[in-house]
Amino acid sequence: MKNREYQQIDPQALATPTPTPPPRSLPEHKPRRARRKWEVFPGKNRFYCDGRIIVARQSGVLPLTLGLILLTSGLFFIFDCPFLVKHLTSCIPAIGGVLFVFVIISLLQTSFTDPGILPRATPEEAADIEKQIDNPTGSSSSYRPPPRTKEVVINQQVVKLKYCFTCKIFRPPRTSHCSLCDNCVERFDHHCPWVGNCVGKRNYRFFYTFIVSLSFLTAFIFGCVTTHLALRSQGGNGLVNALQSSPASALELVVCFFSVWSILGLSGFHTYLVAANLTTNEDIKGSWSGKSGNEDVGNPYSYNSMIKNCCSVLCGPMPPSLIDRRGFVPSDDSVQTSPVEIELPAAKNDINMEKDCLDFALSCAS
Amino acid sequence: MAETHSLQDLRQAAVASKVFVQRDYTSGTICKFQTKFPAELESRIDKVQFEETIQTLNNLYAEAEKLGGRSYLEGCLACLTAYTIFLCMETHYEKVLKKIAKFIQEQNEKIYAPLGLLLTDPIERGLRVVEITIFEDRSIGSR
Repeated sequence: MKNREYQQIDPQALATPTPTPPPRSLPEHKPRRARRKWEVFPGKNRFYCDGRIIVARQSGVLPLTLGLILLTSGLFFIFDCPFLVKHLTSCIPAIGGVLFVFVIISLLQTSFTDPGILPRATPEEAADIEKQIDNPTGSSSSYRPPPRTKEVVINQQVVKLKYCFTCKIFRPPRTSHCSLCDNCVERFDHHCPWVGNCVGKRNYRFFYTFIVSLSFLTAFIFGCVTTHLALRSQGGNGLVNALQSSPASALELVVCFFSVWSILGLSGFHTYLVAANLTTNEDIKGSWSGKSGNEDVGNPYSYNSMIKNCCSVLCGPMPPSLIDRRGFVPSDDSVQTSPVEIELPAAKNDINMEKDCLDFALSCAS
Repeated sequence: MAETHSLQDLRQAAVASKVFVQRDYTSGTICKFQTKFPAELESRIDKVQFEETIQTLNNLYAEAEKLGGRSYLEGCLACLTAYTIFLCMETHYEKVLKKIAKFIQEQNEKIYAPLGLLLTDPIERGLRVVEITIFEDRSIGSR
């Protein structure tokens, strides 16, 4: 981006006025090794393909999810489809194939897409916010520092914006800090171990497509395997013989039977959330359901029309990734920021725990 | 009052301070910046001019996030292709972001740099703030 030229003016670098600027300009044009921003990213994420793919630090049970889906679908295509094509119709592997492709693609997109991570505040921004917090509240600690919240009125509802000690920003509405990934994520839904990533603003539609297509796939395989076994046992052989002649079907039946209920339930739950324009986080906390006794509470983000809510959540414009993983770190900053980044992780955990405890205590008290 | 600077001059100027224009969340989670005029800029730029810049920015972001026929069409098409078109096609939002980058560059060249100010594209700050860098005025006795 052309604007990058402006960023090379760094206050720290220019603090000592040098009479000969030309020698300085050389490192800017040809850095020793230009580092990409993902290499100095402060959150707990891992990056692949030179920053194109982002996953959480712990991949959770993503390999298990992938393995189960591939195994069950593989067994289905190898053992059940030939029989069903012969006895019923060749549409069955076609439909199965389309569903399988949808499931795998949406799973990979959910896992590898930036969920809507907010980059942390620059030091100047953080200092500016600190100034604004300290000024109005006047004298702080007797024994308790002032609660760092800001109130804003959205659609006639009072919404509290909390200050994030790790990212040093006031979190926008519907943003939450994921402790597993150590990032603030916009429109934070939940951290899903099955996909090994947070589900937030940018990948919620992929997640929804994944669970809906997976419920269809699971139900479809379950139905087809049941039909297959029923047809086999109809030939006068009985169910036991049918199972013996196609043992893979038994395994598929077990896997599908146990997963179809939970996945269908999850799809139903998320369909409700989409129609009401809610996140799992808000639903669990009861932010808008009046559990705290306030009867005037209603979801300020809802358009009060199920169709409009669905359209805005699933078909709305795709927001860009804010963390610019593949951009280059400005060469003047790279020398200053890298030692700081190395020191931080050691002390960060203690500070984080302390701040998290403080934040939690304040949120309980408020 | 202040001598005119060009963008080239700003590279060698010293940074006096930075002003941050925060997000305005009163309309929800859409990207919108506060149009309140920061006190530190009073001596540097005209209030109306500044508010016009921010308002134009807000309008551009509103255009990017608008829920209308075009975004629904894009969304439905993406859904049907299992969202793989996002890998090949530039989204409407990205197109508007390019327009915004161009707008900010124009504003800097025409209005802000001559006054010793520099606007930073909000996307470089995660759409959290509009950062305005105030450079020291090199003319003697200007402050």
